Amino acid sequence: MTAAMRADAVSVTLGGRHVLADVTLEVNAGEVLALVGPNGAGKTTLLSVLSGEREPSSGRVTIDDRELGSLSALELARRRSVLTQENQLSFPFRVDQIVEMGRSPWARTPQLEDDDRVLELAMSRTDIAGLTARRFTELSGGERARVSLARVLAQDTGIVLLDEPIAALDLRHQEDVLRLVSDLAAEGRAIVIVLHDLSLAGAFADRIGLVSEGRLVALGSPHEVLTASAISSVYGLAVEIIERDGRPLVVPIRRP
Amino acid sequence: MAVPGPVSANRSRAVLVGIILAALLLAAILLSAFLGQLGATPSEVVGSLLRALGIQNPWVPDDVIDRGLWVIRFPRIVMGMVVGAALAVAGAVMQAIFGNPLAEPGVVGVSAGAALGASIAIVAGLAAFGDWTIAAMAFGGALLATLLVYGIARSNGRTEVVTLLLTGIAVNAFAGAGVALTLFVADAASREQIVFWQLGSLSGSQWREVLIVFVVAVVGTVLATTLGRRYDLLALGERNARHLGVDVERLRIWSIVLVAVLTGAAVAFVGIIAFVGLIVPHIVRMVLGPSHRALIVTSAFGGALLLVIADLLARTLVPGGELPIGLLTSLVGGPFFLVLLWQQRRRSGGWA
Repeated sequence: MTAAMRADAVSVTLGGRHVLADVTLEVNAGEVLALVGPNGAGKTTLLSVLSGEREPSSGRVTIDDRELGSLSALELARRRSVLTQENQLSFPFRVDQIVEMGRSPWARTPQLEDDDRVLELAMSRTDIAGLTARRFTELSGGERARVSLARVLAQDTGIVLLDEPIAALDLRHQEDVLRLVSDLAAEGRAIVIVLHDLSLAGAFADRIGLVSEGRLVALGSPHEVLTASAISSVYGLAVEIIERDGRPLVVPIRRP
Repeated sequence: MAVPGPVSANRSRAVLVGIILAALLLAAILLSAFLGQLGATPSEVVGSLLRALGIQNPWVPDDVIDRGLWVIRFPRIVMGMVVGAALAVAGAVMQAIFGNPLAEPGVVGVSAGAALGASIAIVAGLAAFGDWTIAAMAFGGALLATLLVYGIARSNGRTEVVTLLLTGIAVNAFAGAGVALTLFVADAASREQIVFWQLGSLSGSQWREVLIVFVVAVVGTVLATTLGRRYDLLALGERNARHLGVDVERLRIWSIVLVAVLTGAAVAFVGIIAFVGLIVPHIVRMVLGPSHRALIVTSAFGGALLLVIADLLARTLVPGGELPIGLLTSLVGGPFFLVLLWQQRRRSGGWA
């Protein structure tokens, strides 16, 4: 597999505190890499460094062997798309207009011809075709999350970074979105997804990175990372690992 | 697939609105041309205009009326149009970069900053260096005020209504005090000029002044329109806009300069005319939706229409007298602003 993106000894220091310390990882085309870890561990910071939004205090991040800082905002936007946790809107645009905004990096390029096809696909994949004429500001939290995801898909990039895309979604849409994420990887894209639900990470990720206190404490297949001892020590909670359909399920040990 | 439907429907709607606006504007211009103290008849107005286009016709008025039309009436009407367009576009751009539909040059103190700059120019006798000095100082004041409000009121690419208004109060108070100070030190003639300035009036507009504002308004509207797609993306928030390839820092700086130039030029010769930048984009948004390219172009024409009508009323409401146009727009704009504020408060359940 080829590395689409690479972080080399990346550290971020904020006010003297190491928010991220010496993180090295590769994101390969065709795989889903899930980042998991407790609240405040640095997952979102790591994602923002990978997206080029935050410059690391030391270390470097490269896409296609080019350092992020050397790419313009537009060049970056044609290589990677980002779904942020917060998706607010200043003016009441319609859903179809929002999704179309995802195409804007491709304005005045040959890829423009794909617009209709990509937009249609993005909307059907996120199950929002019925919402297109609605105003974004009238939608529920889960609907907004799906529309924002559709916008990210419309950007049609080789690298897709998703920060907790399923936090606001109901059970069925959670499954739908994660299955969609797998499909995106199968198309040859590199996916980094921040997840809170360890069992979902275990079920859908090809590799998992476990982040704790700014460090990448484990990186590997779900079975390698999701072990009772590692999870228990990082989260400070006793868990057991149950095997289901060849995938690990993480269940807290609840004493009666 | 729903995508092509609403988009093309939107486009035809924009065209329809454009045609209606153009018709209304034409009607307002003709009405403005013959109503008032000059006493020209509609046919004389048409005759005078046709002759200017090189078409000989039987309706040409006598010399007094003709001169009156071309020296007093027409420059005033065109000034109303270009000032209205500049203010409305400045409002739309300001709302885009503040991420808040309540941002407006008058409300947040940009107009007051321009007024301060212009008053200083008047008092210091800088006007002796030419027409452009007052305009340049007005622009300088507008730019400083915009930078100040922008630097203070914004966080994470959005501006809370409360912060925006409070900053506006402070900037307005400071600039107001500055203007009062210049009034205090000014001689009688300058004082009159400054007072006239604060009330706003299109009377006494001259062609060379009109030309300056015209150029700024047209160039500013075209520039703002070309930035329209980027303003749309900015509505997603600064982070998302950046992820979509927008150079947010550059867009911000240029937009601030654009707002300052448009506002500065608009108020430089006619004084403060508030709320145009609030009312016009808001109504356009209700009719056409928030897409910025259509919004900006339509706002330019809407602003032109609003000020031509407002000036017509200012000239004709009181027989034999003339109301300051700034007073009229504030009379309408103040309550309008309150309604918007109330709506927004109700919608977001607080002052967010």
